[in-house]
Amino acid sequence: MAGYPATAAPPALVAEGIHKSFGALEVLKGVSLSAAVGQVIAIIGSSGSGKSTFLRCINFLEIPDRGRIVLDGEELQVRTDRAGRLTGVDRRQIVRLRSQLGMVFQSFNLWAHMTVLQNIAEGPVQVLKRGKAAAREDAMALLEKVGLEDKHDSYPAQLSGGQQQRVAIARALAMQPKVLLFDEPTSSLDPELVGEVLRVMQNLAREGRTMIVVTHEMGFAREVSDRTIFLHRGRSEEEGPPADLFGAPKSERLQQFLSSQM
Amino acid sequence: MLDLWIRYGDRLIDGAVITVKLVALACIIGLILAIPLALARRSHRRWIAVPAYLYIYLFRGTPLIVQLALLYYGLAQFEAVREGPFWIVLSDAETCGLLGLTLNTTAYVAEILRGGIAGVPKGEIEAAEACGMSRLTVYRRIVLPRALRIAWPAYGNEVILLLKGSALVSTITVYDLMGETRSVFSRGYDDTVYLYAAAMYLVLALAITGTFRLGERRMNRYLRAEG
Repeated sequence: MAGYPATAAPPALVAEGIHKSFGALEVLKGVSLSAAVGQVIAIIGSSGSGKSTFLRCINFLEIPDRGRIVLDGEELQVRTDRAGRLTGVDRRQIVRLRSQLGMVFQSFNLWAHMTVLQNIAEGPVQVLKRGKAAAREDAMALLEKVGLEDKHDSYPAQLSGGQQQRVAIARALAMQPKVLLFDEPTSSLDPELVGEVLRVMQNLAREGRTMIVVTHEMGFAREVSDRTIFLHRGRSEEEGPPADLFGAPKSERLQQFLSSQM
Repeated sequence: MLDLWIRYGDRLIDGAVITVKLVALACIIGLILAIPLALARRSHRRWIAVPAYLYIYLFRGTPLIVQLALLYYGLAQFEAVREGPFWIVLSDAETCGLLGLTLNTTAYVAEILRGGIAGVPKGEIEAAEACGMSRLTVYRRIVLPRALRIAWPAYGNEVILLLKGSALVSTITVYDLMGETRSVFSRGYDDTVYLYAAAMYLVLALAITGTFRLGERRMNRYLRAEG
């Protein structure tokens, strides 16, 4: 693949030629992406363009039919099974790579039976084998970062959508991931709550986190991302610096899409 | 009426103690056994799922009184059983009754748990997988605790049914509350003893309901939005 920056460090994340079908419906027809360390990549496109599926293929919540995934130089080992589909070779590797990819979901998916603090400390204790006291301390620091330290004893059902999503971001950060994946993080929020989540994400971008963000927030893609990918019907229709895509879209599809978003 | 209690009250209380012991043990052991059974029932592998299905079908599809009779009287017909290692359990009416109640309630609780597991939101399981938990950890920390909370009221209901079903162990000569009641009745044919029995079962049922409500309030704090 051409277009990698010529640095010694490997890209934080490479996904190459990802294909995925659900039955007869081909959702992804060979989508690729490479994120350098500290880069923010926004993926935009109308619903049904495959952008969420692409993100879910990266951490194997969906198993792609074809393609390669390389996280920080380590390639996910896959083989083709008898049905011609990919499966992981080593379940432990999948689990380990997942622990290095933080995921933030559209519907938050906080564990409802745990308090906010428990939600954040759970991954580090169970997966990274951190001590409980240390994990709670880290969790408090992360809560402070997302501005919710006073909510540490609340249960998710007691929080607003925006607060839940900020907790979910803190939970993802607690795993000290190499790459953060955001799957439409503001799409199920009331409009007045979108801002608080976007501000947290903007701060993360400023800190130099590597982020892949599937989003409907064109303002965020335009202002914050280093690179924007426009997906259409399972293909990357156009990609590049957001200034180019939003300022001078080349493809007709992107022009239509952007004018429908305004 | 009161002199009946003065004469036989101790025996009824002894019987109630046996009943409580049987029900408490059966519901605890049953819950523990029901977890793997429910998981087996949900397995995609047929050779695991089918035996679990058959077990549940068998124990839910036949009357408890028949199961107890088969365990206590039926199996004793075979010399191999009488000389086998399980005779210690099967020869004694009380342990045999406990075994019958446990096997029976396990089947019901497995079905209840299966419903609870199916009710765990898929997104919460994905979130656990996405942060790199192994399958075992996902079940241990997320799926089962969540499923138990969802299934809790139905499980409490099953324990009440188990309490009432436990009266059937009197048919295999166990002197539980029902067994003592029948024995007292057979002495003088004074049927007020059944009123005492009914009242004592009601008190036990009340205690179970209260325990479960208390547990629910503690465990399901997370559902209450007001904090």
